[in-house]
Amino acid sequence: MTRHSAARFFQDYAVLIMIAVLTIVLTSLSDSFLSAQNLLNILNQNAPLAIMASAMTLVIIAGGFDLSVGAIFAMGAVASAWIALHVDPYIGLLLAPMVGLVLGLVNGVIITTLKVHSFLATIATSLIFKGIAIVISDGKLIPVRMVEFTWLGREKLGGVFVAIWIMVAFALLLSFVLTRSSLGRQILAVGGNQEAAILSGIRANRVKITTFAIAGCAAGIAAAIATSRVSMGQAAAGTGLELNSIAAVILGGTSIYGGSGAIWRSIAGVMLLALVNNGFNILNADPFYRDLTTGLIILGAIGVSASGKRAR
Amino acid sequence: MTTAAAKPTAIRTRNIGVSFAGVSVLRDITIEIAAGEIHGLVGENGAGKSTLGKVIGGYYAASTGDVEVFGRRADPWNPRVALGQGVALMHQELQLVPDLTVAQNVFLGIEEKRFGVLRGTESARLATLMASSGFALDPDAVVSSLSIADRQKIEILRALARDAKVIIMDEPTSSLAKAEVVQLHQTMQSLRDAGRTVIYVSHFLDDILSVADRVTVLRDGNHVFTKSTSELNKAAIVSAMLGGGKTETPFPERRTSQNAELALEVEGLNAPTGVRAVSLHMRKGEIVGLIGLVGSGRTEIARAIIGADPSSGTIRLDGQELIQRSPFLSTERGIVLVPEDRRKQGLVMTLPVRPNMTLPHLRRFSWRGLMQRKSEAEKVRNLLSDFRVRPEEPEGDVALFSGGNQQKVVIGKWLMGNPKVVILDEPSRGVDVGARQRIHQAIAELAAKGVAVLIISSEIEEVLGLAHRAYYVDRGRIVEEINPAETDEASVLAALFRHQSESQPSVTQ
Repeated sequence: MTRHSAARFFQDYAVLIMIAVLTIVLTSLSDSFLSAQNLLNILNQNAPLAIMASAMTLVIIAGGFDLSVGAIFAMGAVASAWIALHVDPYIGLLLAPMVGLVLGLVNGVIITTLKVHSFLATIATSLIFKGIAIVISDGKLIPVRMVEFTWLGREKLGGVFVAIWIMVAFALLLSFVLTRSSLGRQILAVGGNQEAAILSGIRANRVKITTFAIAGCAAGIAAAIATSRVSMGQAAAGTGLELNSIAAVILGGTSIYGGSGAIWRSIAGVMLLALVNNGFNILNADPFYRDLTTGLIILGAIGVSASGKRAR
Repeated sequence: MTTAAAKPTAIRTRNIGVSFAGVSVLRDITIEIAAGEIHGLVGENGAGKSTLGKVIGGYYAASTGDVEVFGRRADPWNPRVALGQGVALMHQELQLVPDLTVAQNVFLGIEEKRFGVLRGTESARLATLMASSGFALDPDAVVSSLSIADRQKIEILRALARDAKVIIMDEPTSSLAKAEVVQLHQTMQSLRDAGRTVIYVSHFLDDILSVADRVTVLRDGNHVFTKSTSELNKAAIVSAMLGGGKTETPFPERRTSQNAELALEVEGLNAPTGVRAVSLHMRKGEIVGLIGLVGSGRTEIARAIIGADPSSGTIRLDGQELIQRSPFLSTERGIVLVPEDRRKQGLVMTLPVRPNMTLPHLRRFSWRGLMQRKSEAEKVRNLLSDFRVRPEEPEGDVALFSGGNQQKVVIGKWLMGNPKVVILDEPSRGVDVGARQRIHQAIAELAAKGVAVLIISSEIEEVLGLAHRAYYVDRGRIVEEINPAETDEASVLAALFRHQSESQPSVTQ
């Protein structure tokens, strides 16, 4: 019984345990690791990914996958830079989340009306979104060197980067939605048993569309931050972010079968990935081994959660 | 025909008992099935006939007793071992790969290989097999393009390809047209004539009587008798299926509802799921039963009414026509369905009890989109204690509850609101006596509050005991309306089989 509950505890909090272990290892190996400066930098750098992973959590809990958030990020980046340059920098920053929201809605509507698996539909829409971004930007970089545009990604508020504040606020908001709101309850129910949810009078399609819209909006917010930070919009931005978001969600321990999970888990997943990266940097380790290590860690996390499934 | 004693025994079950989650489904079954006979297994819904078939086929493990195959004790016993010893089970749902050809399906898993490369001899082997068994199918036809009868032939060929000596067919005719049933019966006869044994599980008594050599009747998981068909007729089987003094918990008192207003009216309801021109009505406070055999379309009627499946026809609630129909709108209007499969359709197993129970009432328990967890927990706790759910734990893991308590949660979640029409599909399937009684009481309470209740149950007694009125359903149609107080189980079964024979004339000779 105690062994069983110990195993259960390890499964439930595997991601936190791994973060703790990695923190101890990195602290003992390097003096510069455990400094406020370094930790804030890690958070700041990973704020866009953390925002996207938080929203991806809702999609996955509702039983879906969104492989198009990287392309939505690219659309957001190009659109915000273009508008900032040609119209107004503030409108440009605001536009990215709006564009993301609309594209997410498009995803959701396609998936529910065509009744296709979200995995397939978002592979197709990701190519379409990316294609539009390339056309808009004409395949070129769009530099926006204006402080009215770059403050979002670079400035600090009360000693902490604005991006971190946004990430914290967004994650808290989504946590609140998932655990306290009627929408969150519906997301958990639809992902847990769609048939039962529908027979209980829940409009499952609306719930799913909402999760995709939130994921799109999050990609837009992330794009605004990242574009502002590098003061440049380009269609190649965001490549791979969809897979990193999904990896972070799974690493955190949210079930890929839907029905259960938590936002904090995905944030922890992002941080674990970030610590691995940071470790390679501050230890001057051979970066050729970085992907290999990250892959092994993700595989380990999946193994732990799969062993839990089998035990049930 | 009564030469069974002279033939060697193919299958012998000795004191087989099976229980699922503590509920006993089969008790002390000892039967002998001779080689080279067609052996019918009959019984009411839930009598355990399919379960016995699956124990013989190795799909269920017997809790007690053992199975003997051609004189050898079967141990261990699972589908693979059973197949190895020549016992094959044909499932009600056929297990074929739709995108492969007939030949590929027949030899799936036993293809001839050389160095791991398929030799492509399946078509030739199939030709030999078909010549020896008398079946004719195009070896290269893709399975998805074939009729169900042809697919069943593939299943049989598959069994023969593995040299099956005993073939168990579980309700093989439930989705067949009359001509196909005749075909299947001929197939069975030719299998028997070739010395193979067929165990024929069915609730179509005419079918069983027309081909089986001997018949075993089960009732409530008990073996009633095994007799030669020549000594039997339909009436004898029906009375054996029903038995004498069956114990039943007392039903709550029926209150009259003769002159109440109409709650729900359904006219000419048709659905692609097989619902045909269904018209029925329910008054406020009335309990109405839908009686029919498994697969008769009872569930499909219920799903069409709440809009879970698309349908055409008129439905009126309190005199108002419902043009748009969907589960969401039905819930809003107060028409609710308690589905038959609580695990697949009723409960969200990943959520605890509380959110499961409040799922249809999120609007009531939320304020500007925020869940009011205090009032939610309080309401759930009251309902759990009122319904005597054990454990009485709002945050309990519903997946670990017993069947009866899960069912109480599924039914209880609808009682939290104020529904006008409640449809209960198999409300007491697989629950223990105590839960069953509590559920019956809840149904009576609902009706007393003025709710119109539609009850669908395979247990005829249950419908007769609870309902004010009942309809017979056969193949998606409503064929007769009856007064449950004036009839008994035997006449209901007789009537059901009569309707069934009328729409599908007996296939003797």
